[in-house]
Amino acid sequence: MEFGLSLEQRQFDDSLRDFLKDRLPMEQLRALAEPGGGYDESLWNGLSQLGLHGLIVPERFGGAGLGILDAAVSAEALGFAAAPVPFAGTTVMAPLAFMHSATEAQQDDYLPNVAAGEYRIAVGFAGLAGQTGANNATLDGAKLSGTVTGIMDAGAATHYLIYLRDGTAAVVEANTPGVTATQHRALDRTRPLVDLRFENAPAEILSAANDKLQAARTVLNAGRVVLAADTLGAAQTMLDRAVAFAKERVQFGRVIGSFQGVKYMLADCVTALEPCRGMVWYAGHAQDSLPDEASLTACHTKAHVQDVARDVSRMTTETHGGMGFTDLLGLHFWFKRIAFNRQILGGPERCRQEAAELQGWA
Amino acid sequence: MDLSLSEQYQALQAEIRAFVAKHGHKSPKVGGGRKRPDQKTLDWQKTLLEHGYVGRTIPTEYGGAGKQPDVMEAAVIAAEFARANVYAGLTNQGVSMLVPTLLEVGTEEQKRAYVGPTIRGDLIWCQGYSEPGNGSDLANAQTKAELVDGNWIVNGQKIWTSSAHYADMMFLLCRTEPEKSKHEGLSYLLLSMDSPGLDRRPLKTMTGRSEFNEVFFTDVKVPESQILVGRGKGWYVANVTLKHERSMIGDAGKMTARLEQLIALLGKTEIDGVPLIRQPEFRDRLLRLQGETIAWKAHNLRLLTEAAQGIDSGVKRMIIKYGGTMLGFRLSSLAVDALGSAGLPFESAGEDAEDDDATTWNIDYMYDVGLMIGGGSNNIQKNIIGERGLDLPREPKVQTAAAVGRG
Repeated sequence: MEFGLSLEQRQFDDSLRDFLKDRLPMEQLRALAEPGGGYDESLWNGLSQLGLHGLIVPERFGGAGLGILDAAVSAEALGFAAAPVPFAGTTVMAPLAFMHSATEAQQDDYLPNVAAGEYRIAVGFAGLAGQTGANNATLDGAKLSGTVTGIMDAGAATHYLIYLRDGTAAVVEANTPGVTATQHRALDRTRPLVDLRFENAPAEILSAANDKLQAARTVLNAGRVVLAADTLGAAQTMLDRAVAFAKERVQFGRVIGSFQGVKYMLADCVTALEPCRGMVWYAGHAQDSLPDEASLTACHTKAHVQDVARDVSRMTTETHGGMGFTDLLGLHFWFKRIAFNRQILGGPERCRQEAAELQGWA
Repeated sequence: MDLSLSEQYQALQAEIRAFVAKHGHKSPKVGGGRKRPDQKTLDWQKTLLEHGYVGRTIPTEYGGAGKQPDVMEAAVIAAEFARANVYAGLTNQGVSMLVPTLLEVGTEEQKRAYVGPTIRGDLIWCQGYSEPGNGSDLANAQTKAELVDGNWIVNGQKIWTSSAHYADMMFLLCRTEPEKSKHEGLSYLLLSMDSPGLDRRPLKTMTGRSEFNEVFFTDVKVPESQILVGRGKGWYVANVTLKHERSMIGDAGKMTARLEQLIALLGKTEIDGVPLIRQPEFRDRLLRLQGETIAWKAHNLRLLTEAAQGIDSGVKRMIIKYGGTMLGFRLSSLAVDALGSAGLPFESAGEDAEDDDATTWNIDYMYDVGLMIGGGSNNIQKNIIGERGLDLPREPKVQTAAAVGRG
């Protein structure tokens, strides 16, 4: 037994973190966040060189063939940097959807392009995911109609992949007649939300899964774990910054970190947050290797990490005093990233409800 | 990431499962407060010793199974006993703290005299550390011992001494070199609780049981040879003991077992004919705790792996006591809420009684608060997490009158 990251995983994590640190100083983050589109071509292409886009794409389609644990580790690094990158949807859920719902020929058409970063496919759920908003898309033959709102990672999408309630997946090209995409700057300016309206939009149907609904759940589970990992990274940044601030800021002739009121708040943060890392790893590993635990750990991880991160985001902002509340420090980017992730693909209440159903308690 | 057990550990797991299937019915009940082991517990301990599930790494000449230390074996054993809800053997202060200390620094004679009887449960120890004037500041112990004609003459008082009312022996931290500095003036003595001049007064706790004591020493004679290591080495020995205490990995097995018991309790308890597990308010609390317990279990797997690799886990380890006692309390809190009014009429029924559900959970619920206070209170833990874990500055020292006087 070895519960931890391999040397290769740690090395990839290090290179990704170094890249992001170099490419996203605060001024750059601000500049990229302002338009709110959640995408920057030069950043995206740089990540392509690291091999991020093909992370979970099977090797025969030009990817690295890695798993959801690897994706979670990368998501933590991206959350740590508050990176405006459409990762969870485009790099994880979309290829996973093809791997589970598409025919070999369809995979061959799309996945090499995903791995190359050429196709950016956003994933939406018409129901299933537990998001608020209007989600009522339906299929008539190979024509998609209806509305799906609140899709993440869709600001620069080339395609949209919509899971219908029965687990059928429909892939629609962006900029096609019958597809109207409305992009909103979101609370988290590093990532927009897109509402889609379809009117008899031509769709490619992915229906190769033996159990369509299970395939959709697999994609949803992975998305939840990856968002939880992103949240963990964001919360870690906030905690690191609060600890550093508490060592510098002087009040009443003492650095504030020497006051037990401040020290205990930060001790509470680390006590709650550090076990979340093991939890995210466990849940990532469960998606890859423990099918019986995949759904339950995904639900609980999304719910628990978000709840912990809400407290951490509040307490670490508080530690910074008035400066924490200002725009000047930019701490709010991480606060908002955590708040954004919480509502996407089902909040904690919804995730726990599903956990209850999975165990026959509902 | 590899959660599979290698063949060696799978074999151990299978062996324990077979053992539990065959002998599990003889196990005493898990949980509840501390008490002197009854005959059933002693018999069970003997069975566990014979199979090497306790005293596993203790050399055979001192009564153990003589195996090499193996973090993973220990984890498999703990996990299997927790899973089966079977008593995993005595974990009193003699077994957990004194025995490893003796094995590390004791004389051959001391090891032969004490290790075997202690791990069998025949010899019960208490720890003479805390005093009325020093709880968290352990090195400030003032109970003194003077060497007179081949005997230590001990005078002073200890408090919060767990199990002293039924213990046979005490390991005592006392001041033997008053002219030396705080840390260099201490020695570590082993003495009989039946020594003339030793007076133990049980402190009845909120559980209704007497888990702690005050212990008074009036010219208590202890043979000179009953010292561990030597004069002025008490602080060193106490740190050896603490090291063994700290090396015990946080007990995720206990949390997982408690959660399982809690799920069963909420499944069988009804209000107005509806099981609590189907009532949203109760169910939500249970689900939150399930999430926390999964995180805790994963965190412990991480620590376990690091321990097996010889890595110091730093702040990840420092959070265990604080986080673990708080999670434990939240679990027992939901249990007493599930028992509800039907759980209120209970008697703590003396230490020798078999405990029912209500007694076990109510006592755990209160005992968990004690665990937050004892062994380095949770506020002390938060200081440790903040100062050693996050490298935050210490609280400025208050200049005491004595310190000012010493200049």
